[in-house]
Amino acid sequence: MIANYRGFMTLCRKEVQRFLSVSVQTVFAPLVSTLLYLLIFGQVMPEGASGFDALSYHQFLLPGLIMMAMLQNAFSNSSSSLIQSKMYRNLDLLLLSPLSPLTIFSAFVVGAVVRGLMVGLAIGIVASFWVPISVAHFTWVLVFAVLTTMVLGALGFVAGLWADKFDKLAAFQNFVILPLTFLSGVFYSVAILPPIWQVATWLNPFFYMVDGFRYGVLGVSDVSPWLSLAVTFGFMLVLSLVTVTLLAKGWKTRR
Amino acid sequence: MMNTIDVLPAIEICDVAKSYRSVVALKSVKLSIPQGSFFALLGPNGAGKSTLISIIAGLVKADSGKVRILGHDVVNDYALARRMIGLVPQELIDEPFFAIQDLLRIQAGYFGLGQEQWPWIDELLHNLGLWDKRKETMPSLSGGMKRRVLIALALVHQPKVLVLDEPTAGVDIELRLGLWSFIRQLHAQGMTIILTTHYLEEAEQLCEQIAILREGELLALSSTQDLLDSHPWEYVELSLQGGRTELPMSLQEKLHRQQGNKWVLRLPRGFVRADMVAELQQAGCLLSEMRSIEASLEDVFRAMTSKDLL
Repeated sequence: MIANYRGFMTLCRKEVQRFLSVSVQTVFAPLVSTLLYLLIFGQVMPEGASGFDALSYHQFLLPGLIMMAMLQNAFSNSSSSLIQSKMYRNLDLLLLSPLSPLTIFSAFVVGAVVRGLMVGLAIGIVASFWVPISVAHFTWVLVFAVLTTMVLGALGFVAGLWADKFDKLAAFQNFVILPLTFLSGVFYSVAILPPIWQVATWLNPFFYMVDGFRYGVLGVSDVSPWLSLAVTFGFMLVLSLVTVTLLAKGWKTRR
Repeated sequence: MMNTIDVLPAIEICDVAKSYRSVVALKSVKLSIPQGSFFALLGPNGAGKSTLISIIAGLVKADSGKVRILGHDVVNDYALARRMIGLVPQELIDEPFFAIQDLLRIQAGYFGLGQEQWPWIDELLHNLGLWDKRKETMPSLSGGMKRRVLIALALVHQPKVLVLDEPTAGVDIELRLGLWSFIRQLHAQGMTIILTTHYLEEAEQLCEQIAILREGELLALSSTQDLLDSHPWEYVELSLQGGRTELPMSLQEKLHRQQGNKWVLRLPRGFVRADMVAELQQAGCLLSEMRSIEASLEDVFRAMTSKDLL
C-alpha cells in the first residue's frame, strides 16, 4: 500500500495548493458557468423534461448540473496538472522520487476529488438561494460525489499521461468527456427519451453517476442507486488498476 | 572493520542495453563506480551518456541488464535506490506555481522528509546563492539560477551519489567556478560525484576516474592519470627563428597545430628527438626552443572518439 505516507500527503497538498493558487479559474469560473446553465436551461426547458411530476425542472436540473461541474473539474484537475508537469518538465522531479505509482496516482486523484467537491459545494450553496432543495439521502450524496470525482480524477490522470500536448488533451475533453457528460441525463430524465437513446444512455457510465447523485439529493432516480453504485465503483476499480499498471510500466513517462 | 555497505560500488551497471526503435543507444555497457569517487562519463554527442544516466536515475527503462545503486536495484528496489541518488538533469525545468523554497520542501516531502529537513534546505539555498531568490518562482530566474535550483533539488534528500548531466552547459565562468567549489566540498564530505561534461579540462581537473563512451559502447575506463599515460602520442612544441621557417616534408606529416612560428608536432611515444633536431638542422631550420607538452584529456578523448584518428 502507501508506505511513504509523508510523500503521499506532500503530493496531495501540492495538488490542492496548485489549483487553489488559481482559484478564479478553477473554482469561481465553473461556479459562474454552472449558475448560468441553471438560469438559462431553467427558463427555456419545459417543466415536463424532468420526468417526475413532483419536481420542478429547476429542482431536477440542479443535482445534475452540480454533478456535471464536479466531474468536469475533477477531470480537469488531474489532467491539466499532469500535462503541465510534462510541458514544464517538472514531472521528472516526481519520477526521480521514491513515490510508488499507486501513491502518485492516489495523490492526483485526491487533488481532483477536493477540487470537484469544492466546486460542487459552492454551486449547491449559491444555487440553494433560489432553487428550493433539501438533501434526501446525505450518505448517497457523499458516496456518489466522492466516487464520481475519483473516477474523473483517474480518467483525467490517464488523459494527462496519454496526451503529450495541450491539443490532444483538449481533444479528449471535447470529444470524450463533454459528450458523455451532456448525454448522461443532466438536463432530462432518461424516461422521456426514445428507446434507442435510452439504450445509448444506459451504456454511458456517467449516467449512473448523475442518476445516483440525483437519488441522493432528490430521492428519485431513473435506475436503482445500488445499480449506479455498482457501475460507478466497478468503473473506478478497472480504471485505477489500468492506470496504476500503465504508470508502473512507465507508459509515456519513463522512456 | 569495514562495513559491507562501504565495499559496495556506488553504481554497478551490468550489461545494460537500450534502443529507441532502430537506434541503438547503449550496447551492453558494464561499469562499476566506487564509492567516494569523482567520476567523469565522457563521450561525443549521441554516445549514450544521458541515456545511461537516465537509466541509473530511473527516468529511462533499460531493455536489458541491471543497475544497482549501493546494492539497490533501480527497478526492483527503486524506492531505496532513489533515496541514494540525486540527479541534476541536463535540461532545465520550470514550475510556475511554487516558490523556490516551497519547491525544495515539496521535493524533500516526496522522500518522506518534513520540517527536520528545512535547515538543510536553507543551507543549500545559502550555499548555492539562492537565498535572496527563495520566494521567487522558477520562470523569473535566469538560466544559471535555474541550474542552481536543479542542483539544490537533487540534494534536498542528502543522497550518497550525485549525478550531474552537463551541469555547466551555458553557465558563465563565475558560476561555474562557484559550482565546482561547492561540488568539491560535497565530494570531500564523502559524496560520490558522477559527471558528464563537454568541458574536458573540467573533467581532467576534477575527476579521478573517467569512462569514455562512443556509439553506446564503453571505450575506456580508467583513472585519469592512467588514461593520459596510455595515450600513444607525445607532443613537442618547436620555435623556429630565422633561416628556413617551414618544416621539412618528413616532419610536416607529424604537424598537430601551428601558431605563428610555433609548431606542435604529434610524435609516437619514445620518438628519438636527437634525430628530429638533426633533420631540422639539415633542412636549414634554426631551432630557438623546444619543449614537451603533456597530452591533455582532450587529446586522449579526440584520439579515442574520432574513428579517423584511431
